This record gives sequence, C-alpha cells and structure tokens, in this order.
Amino acid sequence: MKHLLDFDDWNRGELESILETSNMMEQVLERPIKKVPALQGFTICTAFFENSTRTKVSFELAARRMSADVVSFASGASSLSKGESLRDTLETLKAMRMDCFIVRHPASGAAHQVAKFSNSPTVNAGDGRRAHPTQALLDAYTLKKHFGKLEGLKVAIIGDVRHSRVARSNAQLLKILGADVTLCGPAPLLPRELSGMARLTTDPLEAVKGAHAVMALRIQQERLSSGFLSSLYEYRAGYQVNEKLLKGAREDAIVMHPGPMLRDLEISGTLASSGRSVILEQVENGVAVRMAVLYHLLVGKK
Amino acid sequence: MITKIKNVKRTPSGPLEHLFLENDLVLGWNLEQSADLELDGKGGLIVPAFLEPHAHLREPGQTEKEDLESGLSAATAGGYGTVVCMPNTIPVLDDPGILSSLIRKAETLGLARLRPSAALSRGQKGESLADLALLKEAGATMFTDDGRTNEDAHLLRRALEYAHSLGRVVSVHAEDASLRKDGVMNEGVVSEELGLPGNPWAAESGRVARDLELCELTGARLHIQHLSTRQALERVREAKKRGVNVTCEVCCHHLTLTDESLRGFNAVYKVAPPLRTQRDCDALLGGLLDGTVDCLATDHAPHTLAEKERDLLEAPFGIGNIEVAFPLLYTRLVLEKGLSLERLIHLMTEGVSRVLGWPPSTLEPGMPADVTVLDLETGREVKPLEFRSKAKFSPWAGETLKGWPILTLVRGKVAHQI
Repeated sequence: MKHLLDFDDWNRGELESILETSNMMEQVLERPIKKVPALQGFTICTAFFENSTRTKVSFELAARRMSADVVSFASGASSLSKGESLRDTLETLKAMRMDCFIVRHPASGAAHQVAKFSNSPTVNAGDGRRAHPTQALLDAYTLKKHFGKLEGLKVAIIGDVRHSRVARSNAQLLKILGADVTLCGPAPLLPRELSGMARLTTDPLEAVKGAHAVMALRIQQERLSSGFLSSLYEYRAGYQVNEKLLKGAREDAIVMHPGPMLRDLEISGTLASSGRSVILEQVENGVAVRMAVLYHLLVGKK
Repeated sequence: MITKIKNVKRTPSGPLEHLFLENDLVLGWNLEQSADLELDGKGGLIVPAFLEPHAHLREPGQTEKEDLESGLSAATAGGYGTVVCMPNTIPVLDDPGILSSLIRKAETLGLARLRPSAALSRGQKGESLADLALLKEAGATMFTDDGRTNEDAHLLRRALEYAHSLGRVVSVHAEDASLRKDGVMNEGVVSEELGLPGNPWAAESGRVARDLELCELTGARLHIQHLSTRQALERVREAKKRGVNVTCEVCCHHLTLTDESLRGFNAVYKVAPPLRTQRDCDALLGGLLDGTVDCLATDHAPHTLAEKERDLLEAPFGIGNIEVAFPLLYTRLVLEKGLSLERLIHLMTEGVSRVLGWPPSTLEPGMPADVTVLDLETGREVKPLEFRSKAKFSPWAGETLKGWPILTLVRGKVAHQI
C-alpha cells in the first residue's frame, strides 16, 4: 500500500509521473464540466487536527472533481490531548470504512500513525513542521510549467525555515528532481542541522543569486515572544522578498509563496500582485496536483 | 528454615557450588547440611540481587501505569532485590505518613524490598524544603525532586546542606528547563529533519556544571541521575578529579539506543533525558570503564499503552525496562562490546550501595539472603506481553537477549523463578 507521507519511499520516476498526471488533471479543470468518474464510489476522509482553510478546501475539491465522496473530521488538537488517543479516533473512522485519509496534525509523525492505524492509503497534508508533500509537488509543478523543466533550476526559499514543513518538503523533493535549493533566514530560524538537506545561508542576496524562483515563507508572530525573532521591523528590513531583492535573481525569476501571506511583511504587497508572482497559480495547480496524488494512491498503477 | 541453592557458579568459568541460606540470611557455601528447600540453579551465575537506585512505581495516584505489586514483581523478574522508588507520585512523597504506609504495604508483598526516596521540596514545587528529617525517620533513603528539575539554585543549596547533616544523598534530575523548553527528543540532525522540538545537550551539561559547584560549595553528597551526554560526563570526570563528593548513574537505554530510534515516530522511545547520539553512547561506556560512572540505573518509567500511542508531542516521557535491564546490558555491552561481566555486576550491586550509603552487598555468611541466579547461556526473546509490569511494551520487543534472571530470592524467599 502506498502513502504520501513525505518523499522517503518515492523515487524520481514515480514523482515525475505524478507531475504528468497533474497536467492531465489540469486539462480536466479547464473543461466546462470539471468532473471525471475516476474515484466514483471511493470515500475520502479529511482528518484535520490543525486549522486550515485553503489546503482542506483544495483537497475536498480535488476529491469531488474525481467523483469521490468526501467526509470531514475536524478536531482542534485539544480534544485529542484530553484523552482520546489518535488510535481510537482513527479506529472509529476506520469502522465507518473510509478508503483514504488526508491528515493534517500538529505533531510530526502523526500521518505515519494514521497510515498504521487506519491501514488505508494516507496523504499527509502537513504534520508538525516536518513535511507537506503535496505543497512541494504543486510548487514543483508550478516551476516546471514555467521553465519547462526542473533539472538545474535554482530555487531560493527565504523565511522561517526552522518551523517550515514547506521548506523541508520542497528541499527534499526538488533535490530528487534535480533542482538546486538554497534555504535562507536569520540565524535563529535557520538550523545548521539541515545542511544535509540543502545549502544554507543567512544572506538573502547570496541566496537569490542566479535563482529561477524565490519563495517567501510566512512569518508567525509567536516567534517574537519565544526568542527566535527580534522584531517584524528588523525581519522586514533584512529578509523581505521584494523588488529590490529580486534584482539579484535572474530576470525571468518568479516569486512564490505557500500562503497564507502577510502582505508587506515577508513579501512586498506589490511584488505579490505583480506579473512575476505565481502565487495564485500555485493555488490553482494545487487542486490538479492533489487530484493526481489521489489518483495515483487509489487507482493508478505504480 | 534451610534453603539450598544448588548448582551455581560464582564466576562463569568457576566450579559448580551450592549456597545455603538460613531463613533470611546467608548461611554459607558448600556446607554438609540437609535443606528444607532445594532450588536448582542449573549452572547459572549467582550474584547478590541487583539494587535499583531509580524506578518509578507510580503508587500512590498513578496506578493505572504501575503499582507497588506490579513494579516490585517486575523488579524481581529483572533480578533486583531492592528498589528505590521515585517520589513524583500523586500526592508527591513529601509526607512521612505516606512514606511509612508505602513501606509497610511493600513488606506484605514478598517481592523486592522497597526503599523509597522522598521529595526534596514540598510538593516537588522547588519553593520550600520538605521535612527531610521526619522523612528520613519514616524511611527515606535519598532525597530528590526527580520528575521535576531544580530550577532554584538557592533552594537546592540549602537542601544539600540539610540533607548532608542528615547523612543522606541528594539526587538531581539535572536539566535546565529554560534550555530544554518543550523539547521532546535530543536536539540534533534527527530532530531538525523530523521537525520536532529538540532538547540540547547543553541543557544537561550546563545544569550539571551548576550542581557540581553547589556540591563543592556545600561539601554535601550529590548524585546525578540518568546522565546522558558526553559533555555532562566530562564535567563529572573533571569534578571528581578535584575531589568533589559527587556520584552519577547512567541508564541502560542511554547506553544502547540513540535518537535515530525516533525516526519511526514511536513514542515508546520518548524519554527524559532523551536518547542521544552514538558518540554519547560510546562516551558513557567509557565512563563505565574508567569509574566516572558509579552505578547503573533503569529509570523504569511505565505508562499505559494508550498514553504511549499518542503522537510525539503529547505522549508522556519514559521507558519501562526493569525486567530486561540486565539481559540487555549483558548482551549489548558484555557480549558485544567487551565490558567485563564483573564490572557490570558491580555497577548494579556494590556501586549502588556505595552511592546510597548502604552496607555492601555480598554473599558472605550473615549477609541478607537477597540472591539472583542468571542464565548467561540461553537466548530468550523479549516478550512484553509476558512482562510483570503493567507497561506491556518495550523498545526491545522481539529481540533475543542472554543473561536472563532465572531465580531471585528476597529475604531468603523465592520471589521469581523461571
């Protein structure tokens, strides 16, 4: 049984195949009737133990466009910490015969536990700060659409790398697909231990040199009170992804953001709305990519 | 009543001998004497029953995880004759009345002896001293706020002075809570790749360094619990050279497991202090060899299965291991890494009695008849479902180990036998 928990058990061929399928799914989404019967009769359960609107909606749409039935289990993490084990929750859902689980959870490894306890194909929609594989896939798909290839592309990811599952998954995936990733942020937010995953630098100018794409990561206010960040003002001055910083990248460089973004904090508002920004395309591609992932896990041959 | 334990060896290559016990004391070796009860040691190695300086028996108040009976039974299955239980129960063991009743209850069980530790501070809150003199009178063998860390150095200093005047050791769970924060595993490459909050080595070594200064300042007896980092080990080594009156213990899981175990996201491996790196394991083994480490401990910390099936952020810290400690260390350290068997046994017997100021544990005539016979030859699989402990799961489930205790006597009575 195959799961998409991260890219540890996926090879390059399988991943490129998902990107190809995403292309076909994109075409489906261009039709007036945005539906294919591929997952008719399947029941997909979105189990979100952490808040999310866009990712949840994106997955639901993907499942419904494929004619699957979708049910939603939404639970603040607190109800679980009050005693009901993840296992009990899942066995309850499993008893209702779900074919697939899409999980988001604040703890790393929760998706692995879901896969184990549910014994059904499981898609990780974000576990703690460890991994968010479908985000990385849609980012890779977006890059490939723009540049025609991924091999040799240079990608700079700037922001709170320490707390970002988007950064980790992008670094993992893009490396497998032949792209070059640089992770950048202020020192307290850039763990040295990640040097095995990607190039690390605290200098944004160095990070964007020759880059095809610059991705900004969201900055969370709580980092201020826990000693990771001095002030938003100082962060903006040093690390904001804006027109000035982009001058150091390639002329045809695109600007990305996993969302939700705080305009004029980690990314300049005007840049986010400019022609170089592919932020809305990322969202659009997200549905097609998630359709492809569900197809591969539930129907497609390996 | 005369008990004869026949066919045992005092060293692996020694001759078969027979030990005679009279009631609850050792009578002598190879006597021409008839016995009321004959037990067959089957050629196993006979040792004084092991001493456990650090185990959580969860009674009172947390008996869904373990209680005196299951915990002391598990201890005898592990070859232990005496257990020092930790005071972080509910309520905390800071009251002489609770302590006495716990000891009395343990005496009725006929299992391993219970020598409880008591809290250092009232409620283990770290704000004011517990009634250490009354607790000593009620039977406390050692004082500790284990379960918590000693954040207030002033209070720890006064506690050291007071305990010293009472002739009791103070044990510390030395970790700086402000560095440790919400860390669930060792901070390092693995924690960053797994995106889990890490607990850096400096949280331990920094706090150990502070506590060593307090030990030197007060001249008291300090014991550092579950030392897990090579850096903290080095601090202790240096302090001992200066003549500081400190001892330390190392746990069996810190000698045999690393933070790589957490890659499977199994909270069974979540423990405090956390599993570290192979370099730390190697350094700790070096500490066992050069005498920096005074004794071994298990820090047996049982929880319910449901609790350990929670995710890595929510699951409680602790590994239950008292039944497999000797076989684990015998197999991994003696058989695989060449640690001497004699040294291992010392660290689980004499080493512990020296730390706690107990009389030496030997099998000479007149000594208490707390005896363990070990089968060093037969490989047996670790089967957690057959554990006496309520925590029927283990990091070593399914592994084949040698060195299982086949007979444990406490006060001259059989408490465990396979």
